[in-house]
Amino acid sequence: MNSIAHHLMIAPIALPLAAGAIMLALGGDRRTLNASLNVITTIALVAIAITLLCAADASPLGISGVYRLGNWPAPFAIVLVFDRLSAAMLLLTSILALATLVFALARWHRVGVHFHPLFQLLLMGLNGAFLTGDLFNLFVFFEVLLAASYGLALHGSGSTRVTAGMHYIIVNLVASLLFLVGVSLIYSVTGTLNMADLAARIPTVRAEDRALLEAGAGVLGIAFLTKAGMWPMCFWLPGTYAAAPAPVASLFAILTKVGVYIVLRLSLLLFGDHAGASAHFGGELLLVGGMATIAFGTIGTLASQEMARLASYSVLISSGTILAAVGMGQIGVTSGALYYLVSSTLGLAAFFLLIELAERGREPGADVLAVTRELYGEETELEDAEETQEVGIAIPASMALIGGTFICCALVISGLPPLSGFIGKFALLTAALNSQAGAVPVAGWAFLGILIVSGFATLIATTRAGINTFWASPDATAPRVRLIEIAPVVVLILLCAALTIQAGPTMRFMQVTAESLHMPRDYVNNVLGRMSTPSDLRRTER
Amino acid sequence: MEIILALSIGVLTSSGVWLIFRPRTFQVIIGLSLLSYAVNLFIIAMGRLKTGAAPILEAGTTGNPELFADPLPQALVLTAIVISFATTALLLVVLLVSRGLTGTDHVDGREPSQ
Repeated sequence: MNSIAHHLMIAPIALPLAAGAIMLALGGDRRTLNASLNVITTIALVAIAITLLCAADASPLGISGVYRLGNWPAPFAIVLVFDRLSAAMLLLTSILALATLVFALARWHRVGVHFHPLFQLLLMGLNGAFLTGDLFNLFVFFEVLLAASYGLALHGSGSTRVTAGMHYIIVNLVASLLFLVGVSLIYSVTGTLNMADLAARIPTVRAEDRALLEAGAGVLGIAFLTKAGMWPMCFWLPGTYAAAPAPVASLFAILTKVGVYIVLRLSLLLFGDHAGASAHFGGELLLVGGMATIAFGTIGTLASQEMARLASYSVLISSGTILAAVGMGQIGVTSGALYYLVSSTLGLAAFFLLIELAERGREPGADVLAVTRELYGEETELEDAEETQEVGIAIPASMALIGGTFICCALVISGLPPLSGFIGKFALLTAALNSQAGAVPVAGWAFLGILIVSGFATLIATTRAGINTFWASPDATAPRVRLIEIAPVVVLILLCAALTIQAGPTMRFMQVTAESLHMPRDYVNNVLGRMSTPSDLRRTER
Repeated sequence: MEIILALSIGVLTSSGVWLIFRPRTFQVIIGLSLLSYAVNLFIIAMGRLKTGAAPILEAGTTGNPELFADPLPQALVLTAIVISFATTALLLVVLLVSRGLTGTDHVDGREPSQ
């Protein structure tokens, strides 16, 4: 890889940082300039992510490169590591960002100040968290993305948003403190914070220090699982996501996935098969906790009256499914989980955007009214047929388009054929039920049952919400929808369709990714690079 | 020194935890500050306690690690202090906005009796 291409690896972090800083210096008044700068940067990020993904997939070990900041050797300074998983997450982030940004340009970016700088800084934090190979640097990028997300969650103000945002900030601050406690405990035992170096050292940790190491990893895990939304640490999520403005909520669909990504990465890197006495640490907890999260999310979707809350509980189901799959610790299940992660994130992001469009033109609280009407069986007078003549201006038959995309979103989220949600769940369940041992373990059956029940419940909940919104709404005036608002939703759905059509190559990619995650020797060797063995540079015992 | 440090971390943590479970936003923010002090001290303690030892080797020498303090936790704690200071300031602004919008300093934005 030549030098310019090599330095492209820092671009996903440096570019949004520079763009955000420039926009902040320009000030909030020059909105057109800010918006165009934001769009150009985000398109550039998509292009960079595609380039990096191709490079990662083409390289034989699946690691396109290790970027050593300041060119220091690995365990002494921060490294950025590009492998298939981080490149794929980068691409997913930038695609979501582009879609939500275009959606926000219609009107949301005008309801508050500094939307564009915060947006770019959030992207910087997200990209950094996906790329970094150092635990403390991960903390810094987490704080960057959280600080930007606090600003975006409060975008548009209003007392509901401020109260929900305050809970979100407090919960995340406490989780960050736990993060620090976990990181420092791990450092005190192993003497390193580089993830690859940790993976090399954990098998050699002395038996009397192992309890301390596992305590540190557990505390760290609680911090990530709070962010990923695992039950019972997920109480903050539905309120915040439902209160956030639509484009922000849509981008937040990837925020829980950051927690999931870190759990996936660290549990396989640090506590995989090779980790000696600590192998598969916390696997059962992830499996049980993930399934509890799915159950909680399922009950939540059935109980929610507003569509935004329904979508928030679907986020929980999606996180829970991936966490439980990670807890199983099998290559096939992990590759299915990766496919499911991409598909469900795209579907949920489209769903959050769509909700805002569908609810436009309805009176506030119409959902609650609809459910009440259902309960008490109150008759509603039939609507005049003339009402449907009044369609939106920019796109004729906007309601039909919204309804059609709503059905597609519901199919992706609940995991029904023909869209990608079905393939994701199918891949997960096939792998979970085809264990090498012969007999299917109890966990496999439990996972099968809970996944099918949750899919069915999501289907019921979305169908009910769809009927209330599109068919039975007492004052169904067609919402006015602009092209740049519906286009991102359609593009996200089309991406899900593309994932379905290209399921073979995508699954192959995920399979290779999962295999390299489960066998991290190449990752460790690549990061530690030219050094002979990690034990040569082992910290002298203090 | 160990016992004093351990006691102070314990006292700060327990006060902080008690305070963040209180219903008023001011109590919560003080609790968060106390917790972050405790965590900062904890990070320093994780680099082992040394009195009067420099964290930097002199130029051109190899030095015995037994005689030097670990510089990494000091760098970590510096970053942690800056970040927790910034986020606490941000939370303070949100608290003031919440107080202004809802007219109460309860964390739920309304008094429990109402």
